Amino acid sequence: MILKAYVVPGQPHPLLAPEKNAGWASLRSSYEAVGREIANSGAELILVYSTQWFSVIGHLFQVDPNPTWTLVDQNWYEFGEIPYSFRIDPEFGKLYCRLCKEHGMQAATVAYHGFPIDTGTVVALKLLNPDNAIPASVVSCNIYAEREETRALGFAARAAIEAYGKKTIVVCVTNLSNRYEVAEIDPAQDRISSQKDDEWNRKLLEMLGEGRLEDVAQVARDFAREANADMGFKAIWWLGAVMGEHNKYDGKVWDYQPVWGTGNAIVELTPNERKQMDWEKEFDEGPIQTFAAEEGGTGLESHNVLAEGPDVHAQSEMSSQDDYGAPAPVHRDDAIRTDRAPKPVGPYPHARRAGGLLYLSGIGPRTPGTGEIPGMIRDGAGSVIGHDIEVQTRACIENVKAILEDAGSSLEKVLDVTVYLTDMQRDFDRFNKVYGEYFGTIQPTRTTVGVDSLPTPIAVEVKVIAAE
Amino acid sequence: MSLETKSGQIVGGVLAPHPPHIVYGENHWRNEPKSECGWEVLRWGYERARKHFLEKKPDVILVHSPHWQTVIGHHFLGLPEFHGLSVDPIFPNLFRFQYDLKVDVELAELIAAEGKEMGLITKMMRNPHFRVDYGTIVSCHMMNPDWDIPIVGISSNNSPYYFSNEMGQAQMVQLGQATKRAIEKSGRRAVLLASNTLSHRHFTTEPEIPEDMSREHVYEHSGYLWDMQVIDLMRTGKTKELIAILPEFMDHAVSEVKAGSLAWMLSALDFPTYPAEVYGYWTVIGTGNAVVGWDPVLKEQAVSQAVAR
Repeated sequence: MILKAYVVPGQPHPLLAPEKNAGWASLRSSYEAVGREIANSGAELILVYSTQWFSVIGHLFQVDPNPTWTLVDQNWYEFGEIPYSFRIDPEFGKLYCRLCKEHGMQAATVAYHGFPIDTGTVVALKLLNPDNAIPASVVSCNIYAEREETRALGFAARAAIEAYGKKTIVVCVTNLSNRYEVAEIDPAQDRISSQKDDEWNRKLLEMLGEGRLEDVAQVARDFAREANADMGFKAIWWLGAVMGEHNKYDGKVWDYQPVWGTGNAIVELTPNERKQMDWEKEFDEGPIQTFAAEEGGTGLESHNVLAEGPDVHAQSEMSSQDDYGAPAPVHRDDAIRTDRAPKPVGPYPHARRAGGLLYLSGIGPRTPGTGEIPGMIRDGAGSVIGHDIEVQTRACIENVKAILEDAGSSLEKVLDVTVYLTDMQRDFDRFNKVYGEYFGTIQPTRTTVGVDSLPTPIAVEVKVIAAE
Repeated sequence: MSLETKSGQIVGGVLAPHPPHIVYGENHWRNEPKSECGWEVLRWGYERARKHFLEKKPDVILVHSPHWQTVIGHHFLGLPEFHGLSVDPIFPNLFRFQYDLKVDVELAELIAAEGKEMGLITKMMRNPHFRVDYGTIVSCHMMNPDWDIPIVGISSNNSPYYFSNEMGQAQMVQLGQATKRAIEKSGRRAVLLASNTLSHRHFTTEPEIPEDMSREHVYEHSGYLWDMQVIDLMRTGKTKELIAILPEFMDHAVSEVKAGSLAWMLSALDFPTYPAEVYGYWTVIGTGNAVVGWDPVLKEQAVSQAVAR
């Protein structure tokens, strides 16, 4: 029986150097809180899949009952070393390995003195199970395995858990975006290495927070391509298959922090069979490939409860097209759209709500209804020769205000603002003056970025996160 | 003794791949798993390369290994000795090796300093519990099984994986130049090892008897064609042409030269225009492996022959 699943990061920084960065300390604290939750859960086994344990020849299963060593990470040795001595359940590893072999997969157990347990596994077990109170089992991540092989590995884990009959916690060790800072940084200034990666991480965490594990598995390729995800984010395919490939979970995002530029989150997923399924939310990446090693399938797919659901392809095929050539948006009750703000220039809503927060899209100064851009300065012939940043800033914030109010919030509840200016040098001071009129007393955190251009010929755009 | 002879020099460079299978195949006492045989063509190639380059009495062997992967810059083993047990995480059934090696820390520090001066990030790794990677161990062991010559161990920076092949290679060319300068300043006679496989697509299954050579062949024909093209450029002394096509080779044949070892060595050797000696080529679980040596004496011979003509 699977009690819960967790997605956790495998970087040693929260374990070895939490004092160097508030985010690393926060991850450490969240890790420990989850550890306490696991200790009190009645779990009898912790099953770990780590993207940092590479294999080439199929998959490997750790069955040494007591692997003991001192780990010195090849990159982060300056933060110190990690002595470990783990309690492994060899019987479960052997069963899992046997099931994989019986279904045509290449698999082998390992029980060698001095076998190098990877940093991800070591960090996860040290922080989640510090006293070794619960025996663990660990499986490798094959660097060549594609979706079907990784799913087959997950189905086999599910079958093994059912056959073994022990209450199990499933742990998936993976970073989200995986673009490291490649120079020395001041740890206190650590941040996600690009805004794009950060936005992708947040998109995924929004879905995981809603318990939509299978949806995340379906967008894994996009995520991997756009955010250089850890090992192609294949870990989520494994986790999805172990958990039954559906969205019937209660999700909780414990934490999300940068570690040396990479995205690191701690997420909890609790199976909830009574959860109302919203099939319209399903993604599906399309035709499933064949896993060549197993013509005719592994026979383990019976654990895929998705097959019991309605035909989600048929629903998406019936969708019409919107103005931008994309399929018409399916109804989602967390999306905010309003006529009191300018129409979006792409297939996205004005805002979405998640976890008690409102995430607004980038909002510009265009006039609701007409789409006209205020504050444009023209010459006698009507050609645009400049812009009035104060007028545009005011219009921008008024549009944000309208969206927040329609969502039941207000400017007073704004927590964080990202500002994009097309002419930082010329406009910053005058922008700041108007901004201060609105936010001077509210004091949200703010980032101001200079950009070459924005999708329409506007000079300013703001992106806001606010409390509901 | 003239100033020239006091100056340090690179007395040889060897493309020295590191599949643990070749150590497994030779049944050395340091490696616990035992085999019947296996991968002889490569092992015999290593024997001939070893004989040729150890006769030059090098003071130090430098090795750049893809299996010590670092995010921030280029790292160097920074203590006089390391010893311990190396268990290959991918082929633990084949490689569980007791190592005991000495490091030329002074030269490592010199290279790190030269690299830093050229704008590279360099670091010294001084934790005595650090486990030396199996790439370093296999290449060094195959070239000098007596382990009686100190080494300089250099990590592989991950830049090409985060940015581009070209950017990674540019850094390796710089590191090669830093290495050359440091060796010259040090007065050492040095042999360089580039611990790289060529085409690098593995089989993902293993025969029941790992050394079953009836199962060993190149993973794909295109990988073999690439390997032969690359080796031909080595044999004809066209290393500048070679370096130009390496980024393409990395993409098309998933080549391990992406880790930068070969570019580093060719740069340190000033991109040889004299022919390299191919000591052996064979596959290991589908990957293409060549033992290839560059001996600067051949350059001097080529020059004197040209003068005589």
